[in-house]
Amino acid sequence: MAWIALEKRAEPSLAMTFLSPLLAIALTLASSAAIFAALGKDPLPAMHAYFVAPLVDPWSLQELVVKATPLVLIATGLSFCYLSNNWNIGAEGQYVMGGIFGGGAALAFHQTGSALGLPAVVAAGALGGALLASIPALLRIRFSTNEILTSLMLVYVAELLLDWLVRGPWRDPRAMNFPQSVAFDVKVPILVEGSRIHLGAALAVLACCAAAFLLSRTMKGFEIRVIGQAPRAAAFAGFSPARATLLVFALSGALAGIAGALEVVGTMGQLRPSISPGYGFAAIIVAFLGRLHPFGILCAGLLLALSYLGGENAQIMMKIPLDATRVIQGLLLFFVLACDLLVLHRPRLARRATA
Amino acid sequence: MDLATAILLTVVTASTPLLLAAIGELVVERSGVLNLGVEGMMIMGAACGFAATLATGSHVAGVAVAMLAGMAMAAIFGLLVLGLVANQVACGLALTILGLGLSGLVGQGMVGQKIDPVGPIDIPWLGSLPVVGKLVFGLDPFVYASFALVAGTWWFLSRSRAGLVLRAVGDNHASAHALGHDVRVVRFAALMFGGACAGLAGAYVALVYTPFWVTGMTAGRGWIALALVVFASWRPWRLLFGAYLFGAMSIGQLHLQAMRGALPDFLVLPGQFWSALPYAATIVVLVLISRSRGRRGSEPAMLGTPFSPDR
Repeated sequence: MAWIALEKRAEPSLAMTFLSPLLAIALTLASSAAIFAALGKDPLPAMHAYFVAPLVDPWSLQELVVKATPLVLIATGLSFCYLSNNWNIGAEGQYVMGGIFGGGAALAFHQTGSALGLPAVVAAGALGGALLASIPALLRIRFSTNEILTSLMLVYVAELLLDWLVRGPWRDPRAMNFPQSVAFDVKVPILVEGSRIHLGAALAVLACCAAAFLLSRTMKGFEIRVIGQAPRAAAFAGFSPARATLLVFALSGALAGIAGALEVVGTMGQLRPSISPGYGFAAIIVAFLGRLHPFGILCAGLLLALSYLGGENAQIMMKIPLDATRVIQGLLLFFVLACDLLVLHRPRLARRATA
Repeated sequence: MDLATAILLTVVTASTPLLLAAIGELVVERSGVLNLGVEGMMIMGAACGFAATLATGSHVAGVAVAMLAGMAMAAIFGLLVLGLVANQVACGLALTILGLGLSGLVGQGMVGQKIDPVGPIDIPWLGSLPVVGKLVFGLDPFVYASFALVAGTWWFLSRSRAGLVLRAVGDNHASAHALGHDVRVVRFAALMFGGACAGLAGAYVALVYTPFWVTGMTAGRGWIALALVVFASWRPWRLLFGAYLFGAMSIGQLHLQAMRGALPDFLVLPGQFWSALPYAATIVVLVLISRSRGRRGSEPAMLGTPFSPDR
């Protein structure tokens, strides 16, 4: 019986490092066509509406950057966690907390006209995200509590806190009972005239460059990678896994928090009960699709942003439900993880030997 | 039926889906695999089970389809994690994202539709006894099934040869492999059981708990089930206790919210705080469990560690 055997490569394949994400994207595109067909839509126009139309319209291209901004910021932070084997899956909560703190700072500087408003918003967002993220880190260090579950549980806590704030103490009394805060007068500078692309986009690129530098050129970056790949070697080298855990969690929380603060103050201009279409979870896909490399993440962030934009577009033009976006994102992550195998293994057609 | 009985009955309904999903995940984790996709399998069970019941009018068909849906999701996970040695944490997340999306697609035409819920069983004489009539003999079939599953799992893990093999695979897959056990077959079987249980838990939510379709109706229960497995330190009977403790807490906070007028001032808090309580409590419980190191005795040593026979 013919059987595809996997042979371990002597060395990770450099070609496959770049090709495997592309293969994953190709497989995702093929299965999206199948999903559209299964939904009773003509696959070709649906694919066009989903993946092509947003790329040919100038307005959509700007929106692509707007949506990629939080994804890249969050995913860059997450890559530090995953490289060092810390499973922070609560970035959604850290993003929301950043939004709460950043929004709070914007409220504090409301109608003061102070130039300190914007720096305060960014700093408060970073602080909020980092504080929430350090809870699972400290619990893991001190009590060896599983950080996967604690970081996720905090997502619900942060979302409920936001819900309470915008329905309670921070609700705009003149908003006719709508659960929303006042429209902030602290503004985030717009980078491209007439678009919604704000300072965050520049910060995201900056974060990527800083991360690339940190990971490849500094001792701390080396430490983070060694702790993830060879914990025993890291221990012999005298690296402290506890301090690294706290550092990567705080760093990724801070970046997610900045993303949340800038989204709330820059893109939305006010706090509402829901401030994220799942950016924190989609960023996990971005991190893996980008192979945990800052520049890979930059490209992957744009692709995931396309999936959000395409999803909205396909809903309007083809009446394809928004849940299709989630299915496509989930499939994408599956294919990315499956294709990763090719980096370390070589498939070969073989006769099935005795197991 | 007095108030106390009514409250106890709601506790049972809140606890059963947690128990069903958690007992499946317990077996999966005992075999050394960490499947974080419980929520995804559960919501697919709920969506497919509801759709099948809506189409056929049969609860049995709904339950069967729900279990099959859970197993199908688990099979995708197994293919990646066991066949392609992919990262288990990331695959589990992918399964959850995929499940939430797919369930939305399955359920897009069902929003607002209602079905007849699965009712309690009716035993002629025993059911009319005072107190125990309702609480012991008048529950729905899922509840009895969940108890049977806990007892069966306990017997399987601690008293049967196959259970011994499963634990061996979970504690030291290299040795189990050397002894001639097919690690991947054992783990795939455990995953199938976990998928079926999660599907059943989803069916419970859609056919008993809220017999109309709501998008995302499992509302994080799959994640709580994962925490319960840690809470139970991977032992079936403790899981029973944990699930009911948790069910009681989530019902308790609802009642506290409802009677806020009668509460002392310091307990009159906004609803969101009470809603956050189960999640915060989960964190506290996880911390308490991980503090007492001795009780981690049943944690499978290979939990989350990938295995491929050629290495």
